[in-house]
Amino acid sequence: MDTTTAVAGVPAGARLQEASPTRRRRRRAPLHLLRRWVSPVALVALWQLASSTGVLDERKLASPAQVAATALDLVQAGTLGTQTLISLQRVGLGFAIGASIGLALAVVAGLSRIGEDAIDPPMQMLRTLPHFGLVTLFIIWFGIGETPKVALIALGATFPLYLNTLGGIRGIERKTLEAAKALHLTWAQRIRHVVIPGALPQTLVGLRQSLGIAWLSLIVAETIASQSGLGYMINHAKDFLQTDVIVVGLAVYSLLGLATDAVVRYLERKALAWRS
Amino acid sequence: MALLTPDTTDSPANPGDPAARSGYVARVRGHDRSFGDTHVLRSIDLDVQHGEIVALLGRSGCGKSTLLRSLAHLDPAPAGEVEVSGRTGVAFQEPRLLNWRTVHQNVALALLNSPERKKRFDLAEETLAEVGLGEKLDAWPLQLSGGQAQRVSLARALVSNPALLLLDEPFSALDALTRIEMHQLVIELWRRHSMAILLVTHDVDEALALADRLVVMDGGRIGRTWEITLPRSDRAPSQPDIARTRAEVLGALGVKPTPPNPRRDPVTGELGPAHHSNPAKRGAA
Repeated sequence: MDTTTAVAGVPAGARLQEASPTRRRRRRAPLHLLRRWVSPVALVALWQLASSTGVLDERKLASPAQVAATALDLVQAGTLGTQTLISLQRVGLGFAIGASIGLALAVVAGLSRIGEDAIDPPMQMLRTLPHFGLVTLFIIWFGIGETPKVALIALGATFPLYLNTLGGIRGIERKTLEAAKALHLTWAQRIRHVVIPGALPQTLVGLRQSLGIAWLSLIVAETIASQSGLGYMINHAKDFLQTDVIVVGLAVYSLLGLATDAVVRYLERKALAWRS
Repeated sequence: MALLTPDTTDSPANPGDPAARSGYVARVRGHDRSFGDTHVLRSIDLDVQHGEIVALLGRSGCGKSTLLRSLAHLDPAPAGEVEVSGRTGVAFQEPRLLNWRTVHQNVALALLNSPERKKRFDLAEETLAEVGLGEKLDAWPLQLSGGQAQRVSLARALVSNPALLLLDEPFSALDALTRIEMHQLVIELWRRHSMAILLVTHDVDEALALADRLVVMDGGRIGRTWEITLPRSDRAPSQPDIARTRAEVLGALGVKPTPPNPRRDPVTGELGPAHHSNPAKRGAA
């Protein structure tokens, strides 16, 4: 069951439900920060101890030291870099397509009643499709090349951005829009100064969720039918019971998820300073 | 839900229009508005002269805010019924600031249609200084107190130098002390800019303190009108003319004079035991 392991291993995915874009990072004293590292380090030490003493079977799970050595090997051989780059490209392309579609549809649906009536019902229906279940269909449609993987990622990324951006646009107070009209702002100026910035907080929540789903979709896509990428590396290692390689792969997924999450958090802090 | 519709109601100042020629900044003639079967405004006639402060009073639902919206071009009005010469500025009961723009940007936004960016921001700064918020240029609206936010809203309405300032119960959400300060501020700004002001309010005392003319609306119609010629500094509530006008306006609004407290003993002046038959709360609604 590599798939479920991989899914659980990505923090971005685990954070999907978190919906507070503005929770300010509290300034922590350095000592406090240090304290927060104690338990993770202790856990890794415990893991190493269990492996060294033979409590933890080497075939079930490699020791941290072994994982680190393997990681170094994979980096030096260039395998890890190559596979990570391939995975990143897939996520980047799929997310870009999905996010653009989600945003565009949300703007059209949010700004016109006809647009909403046309777009929202099918979106609400498609949203409930288990999109991982579509993998099989995608493989029939698109073969086993890059297309089904990118399509799966794009599909997953579309909905959170669509729903949140639409919610953000709907959430803008009519009174605020009216005030802008009373200032004699044109339609385009109202979009630029009221609608877009007003919907931004909710859009950023959607962005974070979309990125999380994009990573999950990548893992699913790469584990099922792939000849390259991190998922392929993990799947391939499974056949040879190389638990160290599997752990390295999962760790890289996890780090990439964390990194994109950090980027969005940074954007939120920059763009939403007014909510402080 | 269509949040935005293309703006077709704005008509820029036209020096040749009848309102300008007549010396009125706003002229309303036979203006009707109805929502479905409900007539909100019935054949309204109202003139606002240049530099005049008119207070529009009335109970909730009498149509006074609807009339203000017509004058602000927020609702479409049939041609010829509502004529305004020159720019309008509007301040509402809530500040309605863009929370994602700084105070400075909020005010400058009212000048967005004038080309020079620096000029926009200079003028905005100047106007903010006038309302006493020169120090708050870079503050976010959510950091302001209610009174400060309302000052920004006032500055935003004023910065474009409107010929007619429309105020829709702008002080009703403020505490009593802040409200008095705002009254003083409005008079100060009015003296400096000499624009006309249409003030929609529930507050008879506010109207008496600020306005040259009080207009009571009832059931979508213009009712009685009072001219106040006393200088604003002489308008103490105890001043006989003011007290009489106040009683008359309250009467026109359907508020009966306060009856003597039936629980108070007429001889000893002491309060008797409470019985819960208090008359329904009557405000100037």
